[in-house]
Amino acid sequence: MHLTTYLGLADTGEQTLADSFRQVSSGHGDEPDVRELTERFADQCDEHRRLLAPLTERYGEHAEEEPERLHAEGLPGTRSGGVGLLRDLHDLYLLASYLDIAWTMVGQAARAVRDQELVDVVSTCEQDVQGQLAWLRTRMKAAAPQALVVG
Amino acid sequence: MTADRIADVWGTRTPMGPGAPWPQRVDQHLVDGLTDQDVDRWVQSACVLCSNGCGLDIAVRDDRMVGVRGRADDRVSHGRLGPKGLFGWQGQSRDRLLRPMVRRHGKLEETTWEDAMGVVVSRSRELLESRGPLSHAFYTSGQLMIEEYYTLAVIGKAGLGTPHMDGNTRLCTATAAAALKETFGTDGQPGSYTDLDHADAVFHYGHNVAETQTVLWARMLDRLEGSDPPRHVCVDPRRTAVAQRSDVHLAVRPGTNLALMNGLLREVIHRGWVDEEYVAAHTRGFDELVATVEPYTPSHVADICRVSARDLEAAAEIFGTSERIVSTVLQGFYQSHQATAASCQVNNLHLLRGMLGRPGAGILQMNGQPTAQNNRETGVDGDLSGFRNWENESHVRELAELWDVDPMKIPHWAPPTHAMQIMRYVEQGSIGLLWVAGTNPAVSLPDLERVRRILSSDSVLVVVNESFPNETTELADVVLPAALWGEKTGTFTNVDRTVHLSEQAVRPPGEARSDLDIWVDYARRMDLRDRSGRPIPRWETPEDAFDGWRDCSRGRPCDYSGMSYELLRGSPGIQWPCTEDAPTGTERIYTDHVFNTQDDYCETYGHDLLTGASTTPEQHRAARFDGRARLKAAEWTPAPDAPDEDYPLRLGTGRTVYHFHTRTKTGRAPELDAAAPEAWVEISPEDAEPLGVAEGDIVRVESRRGAIEVPARIAGVRPGAVFVPFHYGDVDKGDRPSRAANELTMSVWDPVSKQPAFKGGAVRVTRVRAGDGPAPAPPTTPSPEGA
Ligand code: SF4
Repeated sequence: MHLTTYLGLADTGEQTLADSFRQVSSGHGDEPDVRELTERFADQCDEHRRLLAPLTERYGEHAEEEPERLHAEGLPGTRSGGVGLLRDLHDLYLLASYLDIAWTMVGQAARAVRDQELVDVVSTCEQDVQGQLAWLRTRMKAAAPQALVVG
Repeated sequence: MTADRIADVWGTRTPMGPGAPWPQRVDQHLVDGLTDQDVDRWVQSACVLCSNGCGLDIAVRDDRMVGVRGRADDRVSHGRLGPKGLFGWQGQSRDRLLRPMVRRHGKLEETTWEDAMGVVVSRSRELLESRGPLSHAFYTSGQLMIEEYYTLAVIGKAGLGTPHMDGNTRLCTATAAAALKETFGTDGQPGSYTDLDHADAVFHYGHNVAETQTVLWARMLDRLEGSDPPRHVCVDPRRTAVAQRSDVHLAVRPGTNLALMNGLLREVIHRGWVDEEYVAAHTRGFDELVATVEPYTPSHVADICRVSARDLEAAAEIFGTSERIVSTVLQGFYQSHQATAASCQVNNLHLLRGMLGRPGAGILQMNGQPTAQNNRETGVDGDLSGFRNWENESHVRELAELWDVDPMKIPHWAPPTHAMQIMRYVEQGSIGLLWVAGTNPAVSLPDLERVRRILSSDSVLVVVNESFPNETTELADVVLPAALWGEKTGTFTNVDRTVHLSEQAVRPPGEARSDLDIWVDYARRMDLRDRSGRPIPRWETPEDAFDGWRDCSRGRPCDYSGMSYELLRGSPGIQWPCTEDAPTGTERIYTDHVFNTQDDYCETYGHDLLTGASTTPEQHRAARFDGRARLKAAEWTPAPDAPDEDYPLRLGTGRTVYHFHTRTKTGRAPELDAAAPEAWVEISPEDAEPLGVAEGDIVRVESRRGAIEVPARIAGVRPGAVFVPFHYGDVDKGDRPSRAANELTMSVWDPVSKQPAFKGGAVRVTRVRAGDGPAPAPPTTPSPEGA
């Protein structure tokens, strides 16, 4: 069953996103709102992995042969300055979107196998990742004019 | 005047029963033993030393202000004045800046207006050409007048096109505005001061009204001493005068307000005190609210907030069983962790019980400064003028038509830039002109070490309109001497929407000019023009500026369209909205319980209270608020900068009775200065004892950012928390250690209102040496119980 593959994917995605949030939090410590919220989002990602753990166990670790390797790279480091912040938030946005749609697919499969526990976990995680995306979008919209026009 | 109004802060009691008119009591102060016969003329005005805005007349003799007298018919004060109103204005006659100054070779030198404005205009032109309008920022105050704010708003938004405008109102009432907008759709105070005359319960949420708005507290005291007094509930970590008169005092642990509020809501819901019909008809979001507050049982809240579960239940019972409740909210909520979320819960409590829009049932999301409301209305806090929504294209078009400019010119592509973000852009070098007016950021912003570095940077020209030499003018590149209250004409609006006219009583000293004149001069020199080639702004006098504002406000909640200087002259104050249909103003808004949440009328579509993420217009439309209030909820999260072994205490900062802002005026008024000449720190006996700290000892208070040294007052503040008044700066410091509270505070802010969280950072206290007697704290400051 490929559901296990996707559970693994979501789990790795959460881990990558948590690491990247933490990287941005420490790399942009001079932006207090970014520092605080990315730290909180990283904790949210950890929590998602904790919620997911018993289910991954239940469905088994063994993944089917993947059609191709599915995974997104985390942030290698953070950049500096106004544009640097924007680029880093943009990268976080891409990672979070990747995870968002992964959860959507896991949620579909969870319904197909009528696994209410998994449906509930997915709904919590989806809601959170959508909150993260909404914040990233809001913050980037505010930062873009100054970063791109004045520098 | 006979009574010593420094010692007798609230004056003689004039008790009243519920629903009775508040008796008049005219307070007066004339200098030098003058009597009424010596006064040449009395000039109508109102006090500008807090958000109450008590109506008064200024006594003038030989072209000098010589006294003040409360206006008996004033709807706010009924003739009363507090110590600041009586004495504070005297500070205006000392140490004034008389001529413009420009920094040359590292030193400020006196010069002509022509030269100083030339420096400003040439930098402004050069920046507009090379980098565009986003290189300009304006940081103003809660102490200018409507005419000045609106003129600056038009210059900034229509003339230049910069989104970088904010006021120090960001530090004090941004959360009041944000909480009102989130719940009701727009800013605008639901309650009226007269509600206090009818109330049978008064809730104070982080609001030490006895010190911050003394005349308002006098009104409450008169009810407390009259027949059938209301019950009071106070949420405050300090045992303030308000707490001492309250039936329930919840000395909440700093950083946990939201948990407490969620607990109160849960009790009201579980004990069946919800007005279900009202909630169904006039609100949206009840089920989510119920789900969010469900975990906050009394015992859980008691654990988080360190208050007793029984007290929490008692407070909830008062809220649940009273018939006419007034709630007031101020910095204990606004400058704390999860500020907007906690303040919205006050609105929610009222909505659950249908407790607004009728006599005695009101919410006062308070202001601190006298004209903070106008900063918000006109849009100098960055919002669009007239509580318009920057995401609503038709609102932007209305303004574009009014100002006769291309809608594209009006900055509305993103939320306005808040003060802390403006400072960050200055720090990063992308803002090259920072214009500060009527405020002293080098004392009032958090993390002063950083603020000083930013203001002294070479990449920015700092222009300051000021009246006194202070910590900020010391760092400025251009200093423009500004006229003060009584030296210019203008209007302003207090916290319960009461508009007063303040007429010019005397000429400004030296070459000082009003901020209005300064900005019009700048605009003319810049040759700012609208699409038809007319100058921006189209006016030069205060009255014409007011008429301009009146047009801008038409049709919006803060509607001044029925008001004029003529109507205001001699009036007891007029509450907006004032229109053709309501020519004498409006005592209470939302009497029909239709709120301003319609898609095409609201000022904001709202935000996630935990992160500040915007609700999109589509999401807002889908939720179909259509005039129903938004019940917004959020879970409590632990506050940042948690105390640890190194920094075990939580710091609170705040205003005290004899001073205002950074003491620029009150520190120069002899009576007020003598009453509280120096800073202090309040610490509980429980925390002081193991540190070996006794009353009056000099202690060092340190955070991860800086340190101050001040005498200790052993006081009724909850264990684990300490309090430092925020007024004291270091302009005359020399070698002594600092006493400015903001050396300690952190650069963090609420995700929705962007108001800095001055309260709640971790600090440690160590004893330095013995003092020379008790701390210089006035007797109005909390003392340990029984002491
Ligand atoms: S209460 Fe406020 S407005 Fe009234 S006199 Fe005192 S300081 Fe002035």
